[in-house]
Amino acid sequence: MRRIAAALLGLLVLGLAPARADEEPRRGGELIFVVPSEPPSYDAHREETFGLIHPLAPFYSLLLRIDPTDPNGSRIVGDVAESWTESRDHLTYTFKIRRGLTFHDGQPLTARDVKASYDHIIFPAAGVASSRKGAYVAFESVTAPDDRTAVFRLRWPAAAALALLASPWNFIYSADRLRQDPRWYETHIDGTGPFVFVEHVRGSHILGKRNPRYGRPGLPYLDGFRATFVKSDSAQIAAIRGGRAMVQFRGVSPAEREQLQKALGGEVRIQESPWDCANWIAMNHDRKPFDDRRVRRALTLAIDRYEMASALSKITIVRDVAGVQVPGTEYATPPAELETLAGYGRDIARSRAEARRLLREAGVTEGFRFTLKNRGIAHPYEPVGVYLIDQWRRVGLDVSQEIIEPAAYFSTIRAGDFEVAVDFQCGYLVEPDLDLYKFQSTGVSDANYARYRDPVLDDLYRQQSRATDKAARGRAVRAFERRLVDEEAHYLMTLQWHRIIAQRRQLRGWYITPSHYVNQQLDTVWLSE
Amino acid sequence: MTTGGPAVGSVAVARTPGAGAVLGFARRHPVGAAGAAVIAAMALVAVLAPLLVPYDPLAPDYGAMLARPGPAHWLGTDAFGRDVLSRIVWGARTALSVGFAAALVGATLGAIVGVAGAYFGGLVDLLVERVVDILLSFPLIILALAVVASLGNGVGTVILAITVPMVPRCARVIRSSALAIRRAPYVDAARAAGYGHARIILRHMLPNVMAPYLIMVTAFMGQAILLEASLSFLGLGVAEPTPAWGLMLKGAAVDFAETAPWLALFPGLAISLAVLAFNLFGDSLRDALDPKLRTP
Repeated sequence: MRRIAAALLGLLVLGLAPARADEEPRRGGELIFVVPSEPPSYDAHREETFGLIHPLAPFYSLLLRIDPTDPNGSRIVGDVAESWTESRDHLTYTFKIRRGLTFHDGQPLTARDVKASYDHIIFPAAGVASSRKGAYVAFESVTAPDDRTAVFRLRWPAAAALALLASPWNFIYSADRLRQDPRWYETHIDGTGPFVFVEHVRGSHILGKRNPRYGRPGLPYLDGFRATFVKSDSAQIAAIRGGRAMVQFRGVSPAEREQLQKALGGEVRIQESPWDCANWIAMNHDRKPFDDRRVRRALTLAIDRYEMASALSKITIVRDVAGVQVPGTEYATPPAELETLAGYGRDIARSRAEARRLLREAGVTEGFRFTLKNRGIAHPYEPVGVYLIDQWRRVGLDVSQEIIEPAAYFSTIRAGDFEVAVDFQCGYLVEPDLDLYKFQSTGVSDANYARYRDPVLDDLYRQQSRATDKAARGRAVRAFERRLVDEEAHYLMTLQWHRIIAQRRQLRGWYITPSHYVNQQLDTVWLSE
Repeated sequence: MTTGGPAVGSVAVARTPGAGAVLGFARRHPVGAAGAAVIAAMALVAVLAPLLVPYDPLAPDYGAMLARPGPAHWLGTDAFGRDVLSRIVWGARTALSVGFAAALVGATLGAIVGVAGAYFGGLVDLLVERVVDILLSFPLIILALAVVASLGNGVGTVILAITVPMVPRCARVIRSSALAIRRAPYVDAARAAGYGHARIILRHMLPNVMAPYLIMVTAFMGQAILLEASLSFLGLGVAEPTPAWGLMLKGAAVDFAETAPWLALFPGLAISLAVLAFNLFGDSLRDALDPKLRTP
């Protein structure tokens, strides 16, 4: 699976990747980058925003990671794991932990810390949120028989097991810290990563300096980094344009790319890639009338996704009409089959007539009002919100928009304080387990903000995850997709994103991937001047 | 009573006192009158918006995204193909409704607080003044941002956010006027007649500080429009797709500032014109109502 995904994504990566093999990395310097959003807390196991990954990943190590020198962003290599083995029945993964790794507070890292971290992710204590625990339903236990060995036992063979253990969210925390307080990492930082935390000035920046005891000899190249929080898109672009920042790692819009190219010419390098990210619309099943399947189907039927792709791709970072998988990848539904799903038909007049019929049938009157809560990040949230509101107007709904500050966004939607909200799903690898876990029932998945319970959907997730035969897995993924976006319309998919990175010429050793979550430890990044 | 008696040989026209006052004001303060005319025109445009605009301000036209100003769209279209002129006309509703509501409520509350402080004096006045001092120590935009950050965005919150900073500003000015009349014979007479505090404040003192109150209201309206535009520009005011001038200056207007300058130019002009009009009118009104500034 990984091989095919790598090949596909390799073909899809469009960027002019910076030259690398012939260049000798230069040591020193401070990398300054802008981050459009600030971390809601410091706990990566809990949070879901790049606003945490970008400034905090450099302080931590992972068990496995995506090779930062792989432009496809799909090759899995060891991080604190020196090596690993997989049992013949594919149910046991045994990892050897590297020697000589220490936390920034001086404590040595052992397999016990790996076990405690994964227990925190897969089997969180009561009151501890773990956003991605739903992706680990196949994992039965984690043990640490000795200081250098961590063993993961699965309930069933899972094709995505290694990918799940290479998650960029799975920072390795100290077992002692977690034992004293399972929520300690929400407010503190202590890892084994290439940089040591210096300070966080709220609303301004996070500062890191080189970790002299980092476990990889010769790395990191940089003396330090400064992650500057800048919410305004225009201020971010102005910072790069004026040389006050070298890059913004999430992505810029097509217009911003052109602005920077025009202003900086050869001083800016552009990398582009399909983006394993999409906006999904969460319809709160705890709020009437969104508990009614007919209303949810009407909302998806009202949307002309093909016009949306054609129009919005000119002004923001969305591009493709897609189902639950990135178009063109192994388990993606072919376009012709996609058109049979609710809201994907080419005849929009017919879809909207059906939407109006369903709304009438559900007792939703013309002019029914509701509020769409949207995340206060310009691209692509704002254009997507404006487009959806117009589409829903066309079936007689009166929708207003409320913009939620990025830092308050997750607490709002986690609390269920919305009727309909713009949500998202981003993966760090194109892999059904990673892309679909979110949509399992609330309780199974802490990231299901639509707040529904659907045992059938959960079962389909398990079927696809356990399938060893690719055709069978493909069928299960399609069945999952049909139930999620068509039959039950639990969630509403909008468009797949397209990633554009504009970086100052001197930034080297960083390669774009289809995920804005990987390659952020920055240990292999360097500055040419 | 009539004002402005008929000239010899002309047809006598009976004028209402209001019309006479308006004409007199226009003669003495032509710049202020021009400001008032602009405000009146804006109000008219806002009220008649549904009849005046060529397009639905919310309706996108993806075949005409970022169209230059031309015969079809006089002021061009935005990134969603929405007609900029229609959005500016409808945006006048947002600007004026927020401006009027915030200025009126803020100035009225401020006037009541100011007069009450002056009337009661002593500890009440001391406490009111210290609270006013604290609130005045915050810049206007910071106080408004704090309110929006705590309560979320939306038209109602924006009005409240703009109202709050207006209250202490008006209270300070009105108090100084009220101090001058708190020992006036008619106030003492009202007290002697046994009227309650509320009646004395509302019926006898407030009407006598109307001149500074009206000046404050007018001055606040321009500020309120500017503040609403600032909050919307910062993403803390009204939200898309509501047509609002400040909102039109953000997002695509910034993204496409070089290739589609009309996105920022026309809403920017609308804001400038509105604020200028209120300021000119407010200044002239102050000159007209302040006896010290009247030409002998």
